[in-house]
Amino acid sequence: MRKGMSGDNGPDIGKYTLKAEKHNAKDLPGIEDKYKQDFLDVGYDPQGAERSGSFLQVDHSVLCSKAMQEGVEIMSTTDALEKYSWLSDYWWHAVAPEKDIYTQQVDRKQTQGYFLRTLPGVKTTYPLQSCLFIGQEGLSQNVHNIIIAEEGSELHIITGCSVAEKVQSALHLGVSEFYVKKNAKITFTMIHNWAPEVEVRPRSGIIVEENGVFIGNYVCLDPVKDLQMYPVTYCGKNARATSQSIIYASKDSKIDIGSKMVLSGENSRAEIISRTVAADHADVTARGILSGSAPNVKAHLECIGLMLSDTARIYSVPELEATVKDAELSHEAAVGRISEEEIAYLTARGLSEEEAAGAIVRGFLNVDIKGLPPALGAQVRRMIRMSAEALE
Amino acid sequence: MLEIKALNLEVDGRPVLKDLNLTIEAGESHVLLGPNGSGKTSLLLGILGFPKYKVTGGSIIFKGEDITHLSTAKRVKLGMGIAFQHPPVIRGIKLGEMVNLCKGDTSQQVTQETRTLAKKLHFSDEFLERDVNAGFSGGEIKRSEIMQLMAQDPDFVMLDEPDSGVDIENMELIGDMIGELLHRRIRPSKRTASGLIITHLATITDYVEVDWAHVMLNGMIACSGNPDRIISEVMKGGYEKCVRECQETMDRI
Ligand SMILES: Nc1ncnc2c1ncn2[C@@H]1O[C@H](COP(=O)(O)OP(=O)(O)OP(=O)(O)O)[C@@H](O)[C@H]1O
Ligand SMILES: [Mg+2]
Repeated sequence: MRKGMSGDNGPDIGKYTLKAEKHNAKDLPGIEDKYKQDFLDVGYDPQGAERSGSFLQVDHSVLCSKAMQEGVEIMSTTDALEKYSWLSDYWWHAVAPEKDIYTQQVDRKQTQGYFLRTLPGVKTTYPLQSCLFIGQEGLSQNVHNIIIAEEGSELHIITGCSVAEKVQSALHLGVSEFYVKKNAKITFTMIHNWAPEVEVRPRSGIIVEENGVFIGNYVCLDPVKDLQMYPVTYCGKNARATSQSIIYASKDSKIDIGSKMVLSGENSRAEIISRTVAADHADVTARGILSGSAPNVKAHLECIGLMLSDTARIYSVPELEATVKDAELSHEAAVGRISEEEIAYLTARGLSEEEAAGAIVRGFLNVDIKGLPPALGAQVRRMIRMSAEALE
Repeated sequence: MLEIKALNLEVDGRPVLKDLNLTIEAGESHVLLGPNGSGKTSLLLGILGFPKYKVTGGSIIFKGEDITHLSTAKRVKLGMGIAFQHPPVIRGIKLGEMVNLCKGDTSQQVTQETRTLAKKLHFSDEFLERDVNAGFSGGEIKRSEIMQLMAQDPDFVMLDEPDSGVDIENMELIGDMIGELLHRRIRPSKRTASGLIITHLATITDYVEVDWAHVMLNGMIACSGNPDRIISEVMKGGYEKCVRECQETMDRI
């Protein structure tokens, strides 16, 4: 059994190689052509239609980083560190480099990552898109990302991580640091599409300043060998934060996922919503911590699991911690199976039992993703639905 | 259309129907009255073959076929449909999508046809975007159930208390729709749809004329006959008195 959050019994970093073949800009059309569907499956449109900018990294090579809107910046973090000396104030500020062996590894052996920023007052008309893709067998991709929404700006991001069909095993380490400045807003929708032998360790920290809004959505519907992530959001005064995750864990997937909301600013609000389906031999731990330490904070955690197999497991761990008297924290956790009554209802409308069960699982995953621009929300719902329909 | 012979039914190991007989011909509509807990809903769910409702004796013949041990899905394919008394909430499935499913269409895109049907039931396009039965009012549930039935268009229509808790205006609408489902607006010789309607106060019969009425008591059909006579007797003197008088008449014959 895995212990704690420190990564014991997690991926063996030494097993993976850091040496990657270098891809050049001239390879881009070929790569886009070859992996078009993989990119589209995680929300990355190589055409960049209805996007305010794009970032594409394949293995360790950044193949595309272009902003399509004034006041929006997209580049690799390597370039950004060269360009902006002030970036050192943001570097390892929301996540500690010594947090665990994975952050240490990213600190020592970083392989690119993206820098996304909106200048003060700028609102992205369309979302920015990014894709981190592994095309090489046995690779360790160690990205460090920085995302900044300057004061009063609004930044919508859709980001996908995926591996090429032929890749059996790989390791993805990702440190992401988010800074939502005063009156700014970030929505970050992340779609993962891994493979049964891929190990994944994202590490994220999100700092939301006064009146800021952060909405994080996470979607993972394909098998993965071992995934553990646990973003921590720090809410300043009047800040609002939402974390929504939609997980369909199948085959031998081992997933330990959760979110921590630190309500340290007066009058801040947070919400964690998680929907987990466990099938086959999947093992899912769904965590959530709400920690209220400032006056008049309010937060809710909703963690619902659906069990589809006798050999799967869902371990749900909701935690509430208050250190001031008027913190209002609540949680609702439930794990159950598909309701017979609902199946019966749908069969009475002409569905077979299997079709009814499929429709109920799809419905369960069809969370109303709140807070996204309508077109993006509709796209994400469509993507979830399409993947859900492909599930057996 | 439907012939039930000496049906015995159990729910959770508990007998709810005892040697029940009922025949409904094609084109006929029947109402079923009876006190709370007498087994009316169980009868409908038993006819539909819900797994919880186990047949321990007797048989159900539908369109000439013995369906006693057929799955619900197969019975529905043969042409049965039901409007539930207490339908469950189905999270994440929109009403519009559900109407599509009733038509055998698995797309989630609401079609013009679905919108037109919704309008007929006084539902707005926005209402079609709501999760099925989530937060629906009592009257909305009735209309939504009937809308789904109309999308399905079954030959044998079961309605579990379509008239309970419905206001006057909605009652008129529901009456119209049921009349359509049961082919009551066309000449008797041309009717092919049949119906079985559960009702407490027989309100529905002010809007839809029916051919037969039955009174259920303790899991048995205790009395059957002309709907006007039976309904007025039940309304006047209650179920037991109606059944007593009914049996005296039978004895005399
Ligand atoms: N799913 C079930 N589980 C347990 N008991 C049930 C179930 N369905 C029916 N029963 C029991 O069977 C008996 C008959 O119930 P049924 O719902 O058929 O009555 P009804 O005539 O429809 O009553 P009402 O007029 O109140 O709707 C009741 O005692 C009820 O509690
Ligand atoms: Mg009933």
